[in-house]
Amino acid sequence: MNVYVPILLVVGIAVGFSLLFVVLSRVLGPRNETPGKLTTYECGVPPRGGIQLRFFVRFYVVALLFLLFDLETAFLVPWAVTYRSFVELGQGAQLFLAMTGFFILLVVGLIYEWKKGALEWE
Amino acid sequence: MAEIAWALGKILFMLVFVFTVLVVMIWGERKGSAFIQDRIGPNRASIGGVIRLGGLVHPVADVLKLLFKEDLVPGAVNRFFYTMAPFVVMVIALVTFAVLPFGDAIYLGDKVIPLRIADLDVGILYLLAITSLSVYGIVLAGWASNNKYTFLGGIRSTAQMISYEINMGLAVLALLLVYGSTRVDAMVVEQGQLLFGFLPRWGVFLQPLGFVLFLTSVFAETNRTPFDLAEGESELVSGYNIEYSSMKFALFFMAEYASMIVAAGFISSLYFGGWQVPWLDTITLREHAGTFLGVSLWVGAVFNLLFAALLWKRYRRERGLLGDRRELEPLVLGIVFFILALVCLGAVVIASPWNLGEQGAAHFATVVQVLSFILKTLFFSWLFIWVRWTLPRFRYDQLMKLGWQLMLPLGLLNFFVTAAVVLLAR
Repeated sequence: MNVYVPILLVVGIAVGFSLLFVVLSRVLGPRNETPGKLTTYECGVPPRGGIQLRFFVRFYVVALLFLLFDLETAFLVPWAVTYRSFVELGQGAQLFLAMTGFFILLVVGLIYEWKKGALEWE
Repeated sequence: MAEIAWALGKILFMLVFVFTVLVVMIWGERKGSAFIQDRIGPNRASIGGVIRLGGLVHPVADVLKLLFKEDLVPGAVNRFFYTMAPFVVMVIALVTFAVLPFGDAIYLGDKVIPLRIADLDVGILYLLAITSLSVYGIVLAGWASNNKYTFLGGIRSTAQMISYEINMGLAVLALLLVYGSTRVDAMVVEQGQLLFGFLPRWGVFLQPLGFVLFLTSVFAETNRTPFDLAEGESELVSGYNIEYSSMKFALFFMAEYASMIVAAGFISSLYFGGWQVPWLDTITLREHAGTFLGVSLWVGAVFNLLFAALLWKRYRRERGLLGDRRELEPLVLGIVFFILALVCLGAVVIASPWNLGEQGAAHFATVVQVLSFILKTLFFSWLFIWVRWTLPRFRYDQLMKLGWQLMLPLGLLNFFVTAAVVLLAR
């Protein structure tokens, strides 16, 4: 049996479970829609405009930074998994040096971003 | 077919475990906050006017109430994504549990059934992958509701979750260096040894800084106070779930707690030995299984008798104070505890558990280890509540500053130092 089959089972059961709850509340709950109830909630005043708000540009910067650093951690994963077996074979030093090179690049990038003010939230 | 049946059995255990702890946790949240704020807390809901269990009936009453509420879909929403969002959140909260080992294995003759739902080689990377998916549920809810507050809550939550995901990834990377495996079960097995001969070789002792980073990231990932800016009652009313009502709201609510329980399970598995009982490895547990069982049965009998006696005393003392059926509660619970005490005594006397046999000893060890996992998970679930009612909420710029300017450099440092130590300690 494929090891991912149980995960599919969990997904199926979780969806079924949630669906059961929602359908039950549809069946058991009252249905009484009024125009007032159906308006978008805005603390009781009539809603103005949609959600096409202007929002802070920093959110985009955070997303970009996330992509960079997540990729960098993803690059480190295969290295980290094999590291201990190499250390046990006595070849850890080479691997450590190789990683240090990559790590220095990463830290230089981080310092650059920091100096440029990309990590500030002002 | 047998494998599917076992998988279904394990999933059933997961559902029962998560939803029982969920009820206890909602109760703990309300009763615990009351305790911290010096109030009494919920104590009114009852079964048949008799059983109140100190408010433990309230979560059940809440769910029943939400079931009978109107399931209102506001006019301006994007119906498809609006309906999808609570399902996404719930599924992701439960699916993370799949790689969590909640016990060693069940040994049936020469058959070994590992106690984890999915036996994945990627293990911990699966955790990282699924937690990053959990952003989607909240973003979908925030955007599809077509409401300014939900939208801002969704945006905030996305930025927060992706920021702290990197720190979580770095903490996990350092763990990979220490254990040399991505499998969560292999990590737990390694934590069964002793460090310097007296400390359990738990992740928290090998990775103290990594543990703090992981814990903080988990709080941020589950949108929990002090990082609950996605909700931010004082600014965004209630954040991404404003436009939801009835059971769809309850799904968000339950998924929040379910993901906290699973996170607590991961904290205990990665840093606190998971199902390992500290200082008692599987072999010792099996050798002395009969003794342990006998002692625990005697202790159980004594404590149950004690509880029964105390409840009886309380019943005698409080009789006539309330003037209705609520007075009967100590009596009913006292009888239950008395019966439990009799069962324990009976088991000691009749079944003679001092001699379990090999198969029974193995099962006993497994049960004790699952209980150990459950206890640890319960403790960390309580930690979530404890922190929520102790710490105030961060401001958004403080949150970002903590994530990017403090935790990210610390995470990198931790990773680098761990690599060096692993190399030198060979």
